[in-house]
Amino acid sequence: MSDTPESSLIDPEPHPAAALGSAPLPPLSRDPHGQLLLHPVDQAPIVIVPVRAFPLSAAEDDISLLGPDGAEVGWVARLGALPPESRTLIRDELAARTHTPVIERILGISSRATPSQWQVETDGGLTTLTLKAEEDIRRLPDGALLIADAHGLSFLVPQVSRLDTASKRLLDHFL
Amino acid sequence: MTSGNDGTSPAASALPDPWRDAAQSQLHDGETALAWLPIDLGPGFDFRDGLLLLTGQRLLYCGHTGAEWQSWPLCPGLELRARDHAGIGTLSLHDTDRRLAIWRHTLRSGNAAHILTTEFERQVRWLTQPPPSSVPAEDEETTLPAGTTPQPEPPTTWALLRLWRFARPYRLPLLAGFVLTLVSTAASLVAPYLTMPLMDEVLIPFQNGSPLRWDLVHRYLGALLAAAILAWCLGWGRTYILARVSERIGADLRTATYAHLQKLPLQYYGGKRTGDLMARIGTESDRICLFLSLHLLDFATDMLVLLMTAAILFSINPWLAVVTLLPLPLIIWLIHLVRDRLRHGFEKVDRVWAELTNVLADTIPGIRVVKAFAQEEREIRRFRAANDRNLAINDRVNRIWALFSPSVTLLTEAGLLVVWVFGIWLVAHDQITVGVLTAFLTYISRFYVRLDSMSRIVSHTQKAAVGAKRIFDILDHVSTVPEPPRPVPIEQVQGRIQLRKVGFRYGNRKVLRDLDLDIAPGELIGLVGHSGSGKSTLINLICRFYDVSQGAILLDGVDIRRHAIADYRRHIGLVLQEPFLFFGTIAENIAYGRPDASRQEIIAAARAAHAHEFILRLPHGYDSLVGERGQALSGGERQRISIARALLIDPPILILDEATASVDTATEKEIQKALDNLVKGRSTLCIAHRLSTLHQADRLVVLEQGSIVETGTHEELLARKGAYHALYQAQAQDQGLVTGSLT
Repeated sequence: MSDTPESSLIDPEPHPAAALGSAPLPPLSRDPHGQLLLHPVDQAPIVIVPVRAFPLSAAEDDISLLGPDGAEVGWVARLGALPPESRTLIRDELAARTHTPVIERILGISSRATPSQWQVETDGGLTTLTLKAEEDIRRLPDGALLIADAHGLSFLVPQVSRLDTASKRLLDHFL
Repeated sequence: MTSGNDGTSPAASALPDPWRDAAQSQLHDGETALAWLPIDLGPGFDFRDGLLLLTGQRLLYCGHTGAEWQSWPLCPGLELRARDHAGIGTLSLHDTDRRLAIWRHTLRSGNAAHILTTEFERQVRWLTQPPPSSVPAEDEETTLPAGTTPQPEPPTTWALLRLWRFARPYRLPLLAGFVLTLVSTAASLVAPYLTMPLMDEVLIPFQNGSPLRWDLVHRYLGALLAAAILAWCLGWGRTYILARVSERIGADLRTATYAHLQKLPLQYYGGKRTGDLMARIGTESDRICLFLSLHLLDFATDMLVLLMTAAILFSINPWLAVVTLLPLPLIIWLIHLVRDRLRHGFEKVDRVWAELTNVLADTIPGIRVVKAFAQEEREIRRFRAANDRNLAINDRVNRIWALFSPSVTLLTEAGLLVVWVFGIWLVAHDQITVGVLTAFLTYISRFYVRLDSMSRIVSHTQKAAVGAKRIFDILDHVSTVPEPPRPVPIEQVQGRIQLRKVGFRYGNRKVLRDLDLDIAPGELIGLVGHSGSGKSTLINLICRFYDVSQGAILLDGVDIRRHAIADYRRHIGLVLQEPFLFFGTIAENIAYGRPDASRQEIIAAARAAHAHEFILRLPHGYDSLVGERGQALSGGERQRISIARALLIDPPILILDEATASVDTATEKEIQKALDNLVKGRSTLCIAHRLSTLHQADRLVVLEQGSIVETGTHEELLARKGAYHALYQAQAQDQGLVTGSLT
């Protein structure tokens, strides 16, 4: 889509269908509370929260900037096209708000039937997750597995074949 | 559309045999039979075989073959009234003053009564007004096979032979499997053969005092081991190849059935239960697959073993062979007898099991209703009752079942006993050696073990045949919405839809009659009417889920039946009352009609449908799973996703079937905003129960009992104080609103 701007400010007019304004994204900053601020020209800064539209299939693209009331105020089609400062701010904010631990090894499971407690080694260290039901393991199109913990946290297994044999055997009980 | 040179119409040529000549003799010169109906019930509902025959000039009736014919010349004012109730159809002939005659018939003759009355009406009408020069759609219906609906045939084993169509691609592996079966069976029969020389040349001489001949021992035991290993290898190859092939045949069968099912029109689904169709594709194909890979293979192997064993036994000693093999048919017959009893019981178990499943299938989808009416206890009782019945029947079956296995053993032991008795007698009379008797006993005891499984082949075959029949039922079904042989490609769609004298009926019930409507490109038409007035049917016809019975629907001047179905539907966006989301991500659901849509296009569609922001609030945004097992979405949210789905394919024609009926008014406003984006510049047909949602329609079309009674804008129709006004008033009163405040 060549005619879509890389990033833009959403026109606060009531017609969001045509709302992709062509104005480039105003500068961003971080306030002392740690919140991200958007500085539109001639307007008071707006507290924004970046949200990925496609967190699983396109983590670097299509990021929406939501205002305090949940309405969309800005849009970033490609993070890479932003000025470096803004890019870093958004990336940090996204990283701070969402975290998907990557499972590197499965050390043990409490039972083969769900609910099952898994001892796992992630990129963030050792932890336990509770698998409520088999269907909480979601296969992503690229072959990765997304395992939803009973408490809502998602764990990622980027490639099952990369796991060691013992982990694969344990995981296999639930696939 | 008359076909033959002799002037008989197709309807007359299809007359049942005993009638053809008798009817022909009654007709005057130049008179042709147009339609006929078997009158198979008498005045007192006694069964008989009469005939009602319509020609261009007369209506003729004969009570039974050889009886006197009655006839009524057609004249203006004559009327043939048809109705049916509880499986019995009644036809009565009236003139303006009184009833002239009455006939009763069973509905066995299907459509014939309908064809007869339609043809009758037309002939009488043509008496006063000359027939139009061409009425293409109506002419077609007289050529419909006026005959009887085919009787369902009981499934036969022949249905299994039709599976060859699916087996043919695997001829070579099948042949290889067969050869392997032959060789491996032969190899497995070597071992018992070797016991003969082992006994006679090694063990018995040794017992009689000669030294043990180690060289022979080594040779025979080595051969035994080699034969066993060979049989193992070959058996493995055989089972593997044949299982692979049968699995593939099963898979092909499933895919073919599913693919065919997807192509069948909605009408087919209307008459079928989801569970039944699912079972046909899943369970039945699996049963066939199992039959091919396991039961048929085992049976073939057993038969081979039997033949080869018989050949070997006869070559060793014909007399003993006869005695050995003689009890076999008897034993098989006895086993079969016991099985028959069992099968009856197992069928009962199957039925009770189905009952249990039905309780589950009823209550799990309806769990909200169950809970709302606090009927959990009753449902539990219902389930327990079904389960208790299941238990009772299983108990009864198990009583026979427990007897079965010991009985088979007893029978085989008895058979062995016969061989022992005769064998010892032969050995005593020096007719055979001990080795020969040992070999016989080894052969036959191997064989007896397989008798039980052999006796099962009958029931397995029957079950598989039923499965095959049920699958071919689907495959044989021909679509009632046919693809045109030479489809006209659709290029640029303007969106002009014209309905020309459209009529439609479900069976004998006329749902739409003589509808004429022109929809200009970009026009927004609201369809209004009581439920059952034919709104949804009209939309089903425009979507070509069904084909019109009469008249035609034109898109930009071309009959829609001349376009390829998929090509045509691609240009229609449909938003239904109950938005259906498939299991998958939100992005996939929005892009359902155009899987290649880019992320930007998906987002743009979602924005236009006012779905973007609530999607962003979901934990995985557009990657969130919805549909069964997926993220719980509210009705309004689901509806907005389905609107985005319709927007994405950018259709020139848009159909909204009660799109806002199932949501509250606040959500309706939100959806309405989304819809306003959607309808812009598209020819739109909109059904809405709430008339207030149709205010901005360019034209409202009021349907009543399948006909258009009024058209015009909201204001025009209100001013006319007709059907629309009445509907509007009724609704306004319901909502406790004054009419004036709404407009």
